Amino acid sequence: MTKISMTVNDKAVSRDVPDNTLLVEFIRENLRLTGTHVGCDTSQCGACVVHVDGKAIKSCTTLAASVDGATVTTVEGLANGKELHPVQQAFKDNHGLQCGFCTPGMIMSATDMIARYQASGEELTEAAIRHELEGNICRCTGYHNIVKSIQDAAAKMANA
Amino acid sequence: MTEGIGARVLRKEDKRFITGKGKYTDDIKMENQAYAAFVRSPHAHAKVTGINADAAKAMPGVEAVLTGPELVADEIGNIICGWAVSSKDGSPMNMGAWSALATDTVRYVGDAVAVVIADSIAEAEAAAEAVEVSYEELPVVVGSVKALADGAPQIHENAPNNMIFDWEIGEEAATDAALAGAAHVTKLDIVNNRLSPNAMEPRAAIATYDEAEEHYTLYTTSQNPHVARLVLSAFYNVAPENKLRVIAPDVGGGFGSKIYIYPEEIVCLWASMKTNRSVKWTSTRAEAFLTDAHGRDHVTTATMGFDAGGKIVGLKVDTKANLGAYMSLFSSATPTYLYATLLSGQYNIENVYCNVKAVYTNTVPVDAYRGAGRPEASYVMERLMETAAREMGMSPADLRLKNFITEFPHQTPVIMAYDSGDFAANQKQAMEAADYAGFEARREEAAKRGKLRGIGFSNYIEACGIAPSAAVGSLGAGVGLWESAEVRVNAVGTIEILTGSHSHGQGHETTFAQVVADRFDLPLDGISVVHGDTDKVQMGMGTYGSRSGAVGMSAIVKALDKVEAKVKKLAAHTLEASEDDIVIEGGAVKVAGTDKQMLWHEVGLAAYLAHNLPEGMEPGLKEGAFYDPTNFTFPAGCYICEVEVDPDTGTTEIVQFVASDDFGTIVNPMIVEGQVHGGIGQGIGQALLEGVVYDDAGQLLSGSYMDYTMPRASDLPSFSVHHQSTVCPGNPMGMKGCGEAGAIGSPPAVINAITDAIGNNDLSMPATPSKVWAAIQAANAATAAE
Repeated sequence: MTKISMTVNDKAVSRDVPDNTLLVEFIRENLRLTGTHVGCDTSQCGACVVHVDGKAIKSCTTLAASVDGATVTTVEGLANGKELHPVQQAFKDNHGLQCGFCTPGMIMSATDMIARYQASGEELTEAAIRHELEGNICRCTGYHNIVKSIQDAAAKMANA
Repeated sequence: MTEGIGARVLRKEDKRFITGKGKYTDDIKMENQAYAAFVRSPHAHAKVTGINADAAKAMPGVEAVLTGPELVADEIGNIICGWAVSSKDGSPMNMGAWSALATDTVRYVGDAVAVVIADSIAEAEAAAEAVEVSYEELPVVVGSVKALADGAPQIHENAPNNMIFDWEIGEEAATDAALAGAAHVTKLDIVNNRLSPNAMEPRAAIATYDEAEEHYTLYTTSQNPHVARLVLSAFYNVAPENKLRVIAPDVGGGFGSKIYIYPEEIVCLWASMKTNRSVKWTSTRAEAFLTDAHGRDHVTTATMGFDAGGKIVGLKVDTKANLGAYMSLFSSATPTYLYATLLSGQYNIENVYCNVKAVYTNTVPVDAYRGAGRPEASYVMERLMETAAREMGMSPADLRLKNFITEFPHQTPVIMAYDSGDFAANQKQAMEAADYAGFEARREEAAKRGKLRGIGFSNYIEACGIAPSAAVGSLGAGVGLWESAEVRVNAVGTIEILTGSHSHGQGHETTFAQVVADRFDLPLDGISVVHGDTDKVQMGMGTYGSRSGAVGMSAIVKALDKVEAKVKKLAAHTLEASEDDIVIEGGAVKVAGTDKQMLWHEVGLAAYLAHNLPEGMEPGLKEGAFYDPTNFTFPAGCYICEVEVDPDTGTTEIVQFVASDDFGTIVNPMIVEGQVHGGIGQGIGQALLEGVVYDDAGQLLSGSYMDYTMPRASDLPSFSVHHQSTVCPGNPMGMKGCGEAGAIGSPPAVINAITDAIGNNDLSMPATPSKVWAAIQAANAATAAE
C-alpha cells in the first residue's frame, strides 16, 4: 500500500492504495469521481483523459503513485461553479455528444488542445483538430460535431 | 412554438454528460459488492475434460468459483434465438445448445467456462487465472464457405454441415429465365466484411439478490431492458418477471450490440443468488472484442440482368451468412428478413430471388449491428448498379433514374410494400450538393497533382420502424414489436413521458419532450422523459431498427390523444362550454373566441382535486397507449462520395461526402443530422478501415484498438447532410427513422468512388492502402498487357 496525496479539482485528497493503482482507478474507485471513463485497455480511446499539472494525460496508463503531489483536474472540476467551461458549453451548443461516454475525455483533450494552440499562437484549423484527436475515439458522432464544438470553443476563448 | 416538432432544440440530457455526472452501469457501486471475472476458452473448439478450481477457491478474497454444470443443475436455461427461420424445404432452423457457461464443449475463443466471484477485480482476475481447465482440442473452422464444405469440422451435432438453415425468398425459376433473356448481365462476388460494433462504453452488469424478497435487480448496459427482463424470466428461469427489475441507466452507445442478453448478465444474476452478494462485471475492451456479437460477415454472389435499354429484368443473389458459434437473439432474422427483403433496392424489379445459407463457425456469434442486413443488401444493390453502369457505358445516375420506383405503394417481389418516397428528388439534391457536374474538372485538376479522383453513388433504401407485430410474427419472430408509452400530467401541470424506447445517445429526452411540447404548446422545461427501468415503465420493446421515432413516438402520440381528449372534456365541463370549442395553446386551455380559459396547470390540478369532474370521469390525468405499426417504414436516400487516392501509397482521402436522406417528418434536425454523421462514420469505417480477423485456428487477431482500426477524426471528412422528405403515411407523425441510414447507405458509395478512381472494380472492404495499392498495380498490369 502507498499513501497518495494530490489536489483533485481544487481539493486536497489523500488515500492509502495498492502500489499498482492506476490514476483512473484512484479517481473512479477511491474518489468516486466517475466522470472519467475507461473505454479500452490499450491507451487508445481517450475516455480517461484528465489534466495533470495542466497537461492532458491518459489516466488509464498512469500509476497514481507516479503523480503523487500533482494537481489533477477531471471533467467534474472544469466548470466554474454553475458556469460551464466554454468547451463544455460548445459541446452542448454544437451537439458534440450523443451517448456521452467519450465526452469527458474529448472535452479534457479539447481544453488542452485549445490552450496549447493559443499559447503558441498557431491556428487551430479543422485539420489540426482532427489530427490532435488521434487519441480520442468516438463511435457516435462521426466527429463532425466534435470538430465543430472545438472550433466554436476555440473562437470564443480567443475572444474572451 | 420554438421547441416543438422541427425545432433544433439543444439536448436536455447534455448537462450531466458534459459535467461528468452521467450515471453508467460501471459508475454504480453497491453495498457488499463483489466482482466477477470469467474464465474463457483460449481454444476456438475443444472438449472441456475437467475443471479444477481448488487453488482458485483458496485464493484471497475469493467468494466462489462457479461452472457450467452447476448452472445447469440450477436449471438456468440455454440462450435462445428469438426468431424462427425455416429452410426452403420447410425444416426448422438447427439451433445448437448455448449454455451461459460451457458444460462440455467450447466453440469460440472467449466462450465462458467458469466465473470467479471475489472481493475485488484484481482478486477475481488473479483467481480466474488459477482455475485449471483441461481441454481436448477439436478441429476448427472460421469461415462460412469452409464451414459448409464436405469434411468440415462439425460444431453442433444437430446442424449437419454446420448449416443452420438454407432459406430462400422470391421466384427462382422466373428469375433464372429473366436473367437468361437479359441483354446485359452484371455479376459480382462480394464479401461484406465482419465488424465489431465497439460502443465506447463496454458492456457491464451489476446483479443484486434480495433473499428475503426472493427478488433480483440487474443494472445493465441494455438497449431494451424490458426485453432483457422478459427473456431472462421466460427462457432463462432466473426469476419470474415480478421478481426481477432490470435497469439500463445511462448507456454509452449500443449499435445493436446491447440488444442481446449475453452469458455474463445471466451469470451475474445467478451468482448474486449463489453468493448472496451484489455481483458486478465490467467488460474489458479485449473481452468486448471477443464476446460482443459481431456484425455482417456475408459471402455473396449476385447477378443482375438488364434489357437493352438498361432496365433491370432480374436479380439473383446467393449469400452465405456466418452466424458464429451460437445463434444470438436476432441472428436468424438479420441475414434473411432484414436483408433479402431489401434486394429490390430503389428499383422496379419484377424478378428477385435470394438464397441464404446461415452457417455455424468457431467464432463469436454474429447478430444485428447498426443497419443489420440492410447495409449488406444496399452494398449488393449499389455495387451492382455502379458496376453495371460502367459496363454498359451509362452514367450511374441515369441508370438509377431509369429504374427508380416512382409510384407508391409499391409491392416488391420480396415481401416489402414501399409506402412513399421520391428517389429522383434525393438523387437530384445530392448531385447538386456534390456539384456532380463539376466533377470531371476536379478529376483533371487532381490528376495534375498526381492524384486519382473518383466519385461514387449509393441510393439506399431500408426498412425500419420495426415492426408490425402480426407481420413479424408470421415470419417467425418470437416477440411483438410494438411500443408503449404513458403520459402523466402532474397536478402542477408538469409532464412525465414514460417510454419503452431506451435512449443511449439518440436524444430521446429531448425529442420525445418536443412532441409533447408541440401538442400542448408548453415549454420543454416542464416535460421529462422516463425510460430504462422496468419498475417505472410497464413494458417496452426497446431501441433498435431505427424504431424509436416511428414506433416509440407514435405510442406517445396515441397516449397524447387520450390526454387531450380528457383535458378538453374536463375544461369544457369547468368552463361550461362545448368540447368542440376547446383549444389548447399558449399554456392554457381556452374556449375559442372567448376570454374564458384555464391555465394548463389548473387543468392538472382540477383533475387531481376531483372536486368538480364531469359525471363518470375518473380523477387524475394519466394515459397510456400501445402502438403497433401497420407497416415497416422506408427511409431512403442518395449518398455521393468523392475520393482522392494517392497511387504511390494506395491511401484514400474522402474529399467530400454528401447525403440526401428522406426520413419523413423530422422532429429535431440537429439530432437527426448527428445520427447521419455517426452512421456515415461507421459506414466509412467499414469501407476503409474495419475488419474482424480470425486466424485459421480461430484466434482473434483484431482484438484491440491497436489491431482493429476504429475511425479516428483524421480518417473522416466533415459531412454535407441534406434532407428531401416525403411523409410516411403509416404513422401519425409521418416519421421514417434515421438511426441506421448512414451506416446502410455509405459503404457502397465509398467503394464505388475508389473503384472509379483507380479503374479497377475488384476491391473488397476494408479498402486499406495496401489493398488499394495492389488493385492499382493490377489495373496497371492489365492495361500494360493490352
